[in-house]
Order: sequence, then C-alpha cells, then structure tokens
Amino acid sequence: MRRPALLFALLATAVCVLFIADLAVGSVALAPHEVWQALTGGSTDATTRDIVLNIRLLKALTALLAGAALAAAGLQMQTLFRNPLAGPYVLGVSSGAGLGVALFLLGAPLLDVASHAFVRSLGIAGAAWIGAAAVLAVVMAVSRRIKDIMVILILGMMLGSGIGSVVEILQFLSNETALKSFVVWTMGSLGDVTGPQLALLAPAVAAGLVLSVAVIKPLNLLLLGENYARTMGLNIQRTRTLIFGSTVLLAGSVTAFCGPVGFIGLAVPHLVRMLFRSADHRILMPGTMLAGAGLLLVCDLTAKLLALPINSITALMGIPVVIVVVVRNRSFF
Amino acid sequence: MGISLKNIRLAYGPHILLDNVSADLPAASLTAFIGRNGTGKSSLLRAIAGLAPVAAGEIALCGHPLATLPPQRLAATVSCVTTDKVRVANLRCEDMVALGRAPYTNWIGRMQEDDRSVVHRALETVGIADLARKTMDTLSDGECQRAMIARALAQDTPVILLDEPTAFLDLPNRYALASLLGRLAHEERKCILFSTHDLDIALGLCDTVMLIDTPELHHLPAADMAASGLIERLFSGDGLTFDAASGQVRTNKRQPAPHNRQ
Repeated sequence: MRRPALLFALLATAVCVLFIADLAVGSVALAPHEVWQALTGGSTDATTRDIVLNIRLLKALTALLAGAALAAAGLQMQTLFRNPLAGPYVLGVSSGAGLGVALFLLGAPLLDVASHAFVRSLGIAGAAWIGAAAVLAVVMAVSRRIKDIMVILILGMMLGSGIGSVVEILQFLSNETALKSFVVWTMGSLGDVTGPQLALLAPAVAAGLVLSVAVIKPLNLLLLGENYARTMGLNIQRTRTLIFGSTVLLAGSVTAFCGPVGFIGLAVPHLVRMLFRSADHRILMPGTMLAGAGLLLVCDLTAKLLALPINSITALMGIPVVIVVVVRNRSFF
Repeated sequence: MGISLKNIRLAYGPHILLDNVSADLPAASLTAFIGRNGTGKSSLLRAIAGLAPVAAGEIALCGHPLATLPPQRLAATVSCVTTDKVRVANLRCEDMVALGRAPYTNWIGRMQEDDRSVVHRALETVGIADLARKTMDTLSDGECQRAMIARALAQDTPVILLDEPTAFLDLPNRYALASLLGRLAHEERKCILFSTHDLDIALGLCDTVMLIDTPELHHLPAADMAASGLIERLFSGDGLTFDAASGQVRTNKRQPAPHNRQ
C-alpha cells in the first residue's frame, strides 16, 4: 500500500480505538459488556445507560468534533497567513469567541433572555461566532498590509491579552450568578456539552469542515503565496471569505461550547506534515481532521485518568510541538 | 499579438512612472525589460499579469482586453515568475510544477494523464527532470528559478512574464536561462517578457528590448536599442558610459570597471 493510504488506515483505526476507549473509561467503573449493552439498547439499569449515553457518548462525540474542527481551522490559518505558528488560539480568534460568550453570559441576566436552554445555547454560539469573526477580520485586514509574520503573531497575542483584560473587567462588574456561569465556562470542558448543544455544535462544525474541504485547491495554490495563487486563476476574495467563514464556524463553535481549548489547532497540522511528509492539502486536510479528533480523544482520556482539566493536557501536549517548530525554524512557507 | 499596451499611465503614489506609453509585443518573441531601479518595471509586469491596475490606458493579451478576462481565462493566457521565494518544506518539485495546471483541473485539483505529461515535459524542458522528487526547500537558487519557470510552462500560456529571473544566478546560469527563454519563445511561439539588469543579455540574446526612460517607454529591436543612445542616457550622471560597439558599461575613469550590476 502507498504510504499515505497506509497512514490514513492507521489514523482511522487509531481514532476508532480511542473513541471506544473513551467510552469505556470514566470515573465510574463499567465493564465493557455493560457499555456495549447500553449503546445497543440491551438490558442494563437506567443509571448505566445514563452514564454511557448522556455523559460518555456525548463527551466522546464532542471530543471527536472539536478535535477535527480546531485542527482543520489551524491548518487553514497556517496556510492562509503563511505562518507556521498561526492557529485559532494564538491569533486570538478563540479569545474573541470567549469575549462574545462573556458578553452574552454576563449581560444576558440583565436582559433576561437566557432562561430557555436552547435560546441560551444559540445565544452562546452566536456570540462566539461574532466575537471570533471580529478578531479574525482585524487580523486578516492587518495581514493584507503587513506581510511580516511576527507582526501578525504579536497582534494576535495582544488582541488575546487585551480581550482577556476586558473580560476580567466584565467579571468584576457583573453579579454573582452570571459570574459563576461564566467562570464555569472558562474552565472549559468537553463534558459540559449537553444533548441540545451538541445538536447545534455538530451541524456548525460539519458546515465548517465542508468549507475546509472546498478550499483544498485554493490552499494548495496559496502555498506559493498570494501573487502566484492569483496568477494561477485563484479568486482570492472568494477564498478569503470561505476560509474566514470556515474558521469562524469551526473555532467559534468549539470555543462556545467547550471553552478555550488551546494548541490543538497549532500543533496538529505540524504533526500531520511530519507524519505524511507532504504539503498537499488533499492529504493534509483529511489527515489533520483525523489526527485532531484522535489527539483530542487522547487528551480527554488522559484528563479523565488523571482527573485534570482538558486545557492543561492540550497545552502540555501541544507546547513541545511548538518548541520543535521554533527550534528547527524550518521554512514551512 | 501577445502583449499590447495602449496609452498606459502607471503611477506609484503621487509619482508618475509611465505616462501615455504604448507598445506591442508579438508572439514568438523574447523581450528584455530594462530600466533603473524604482522606475516601474515590476509594477508594469504586475499590471500585465493582472495583479494590479494601471492608472489609465488599456492592456490587451492575445487581443483580449485584460479587464474583460475572468480569472480562469486570464490564468490560461498569462503566467508569471515573480521574485517571491518559494521554499516550502515537504512540497515536492513536481507537485509544485503541477500547481501550474490549476486553471485546467477540477475543484480539488485532480491531475489527468495529459496534465501529468505536460508537467513532465515542462520539467524536462528546463532541465530539472531529475529533481522532480526533491522538495522545494532543498533546491539551489538556480534550480528553484528553473522549477518556477517549469511551473509557468505547465500553465501552458501564450504569454509568460518573468521578474528579474537572472538575479541571484551565476554567469553561466544567466546565459543558460536567457537562451532557454529564447528557445521557448521561438520554438513554442510564446511571447516572453522579462525584466533584467543584465545589459549584455538584454542586447545580445533577446529579440527586442523595452526600456523605461521615465515617463517614457521605448521598445526597439535589440540592435537598434544598442545604437539608439537611450542606454547612455540611462546611465548619464552616474559617471558611467555605455560602449555601443561592445555592449559594455564602463566607468569614466581610465581603468575598465567590472560589470556594474546588482
């Protein structure tokens, strides 16, 4: 078998195994046959079924979606900005989504609109999309004028920090119940996603992933830079809009429901490039989605086994990759 | 007609670089584009490639006004080799050249059999077929330049533009490149325009020479350009003289200076 086909088979198998492992592992010890019976609707008690279907399955599905989404968003940003250190978290897009959520959660009690669960979910998602879109619009506008990748990175970091401060001020000014629900959100967890939320997260991420597949050819052309891409017939405005929409849907939705999850979007594309030794997005895009889903499942398993927050795990796994990239200082673009 | 410029005005901010200039570059011709730094060579090339607008006037490629060509048609009419460095890790030379087929492939860039043979021919034409599987970050400057030209050839366009393709190359490579361009122009009937600071290559190996004498543009056969006195004017005031007989630039002091170019 050719190398890419073999690697895809291995990755897909790994994701399946990790998904099953994620269902089998949890704070309550369940035997594999109990998990299986709960999944297939066999005879188990109500508690077991509740744990497997409403907690573990939801969480594993969320990890699958969020991992694929963040990684695909990261790959698009790295190629569009021709910047190996770009990613939804680094460029402040996740922070922007966070600000949107903060404004909604801290402001909603004043307006009394968030009482209904679905309205609340929709509000959180919408606010995150708007916040992510605002930051991404600023970063993209600046990157068109200033080609220096350091400037863009610093801008993203400053936007992220600035937004963090604004959020702190909002927290300081808000009442206790609103504050509590926001602080719970910032701790970020795949396990807090409810059924109705998943019903919103899944189609939004699916739409974002469809868009990221649609920009595979444009991304390949952008490897040579915007000028070359345009002389080869790329409609740059349309491509920017598609990537913009895709990234906002992917990073915004995940941040809205899982909190800020860092480093997946930054590290996974690099791991996939090293693994496949390719720059072709026809290979990188599906590879990144699979590897992102797999890595977030690994992080979730680790987080469960060690009882740690997922953000710390993704950071600890992603940081070495970033350091390797910086130290080797390879010319990715 | 390959490239046709009609009453072009080109400006950079408040500076007028070219005013009301016209030129016609036929198919099957190699044209060198010379002029001092900052006089608008790259800007005019960008405009002809459709990457930037002109302040006034009309550019036509193969008889079609640039403004009326949709991106796809434009990409099948004119290809470019810019000064941008393409040093992407993991990007194999042949895959980079294959990107030149983008105007002809489907939404995901699927290569058909004849696309592959075009790519292979392009690699052979520029003489780097043996480098096909090397990645772009491992090529030398000269190899990289040839790969970018192969990509332009794979794009299969009647017009090819190159921005200073001989810069960063050693002397034998400069001549090899210029004669390669000449062969392409005459054998494949392409209209090739390239900017350069190599006077001897421009006057010795090209069919015609286009020269910017701000705000005018002169387009003459190479021999006429050498005899026209325009090149002397280009260097006047810098203590340099141009010897039309030898095609060499000398300093006004007695001892002959080494080739003065950047």
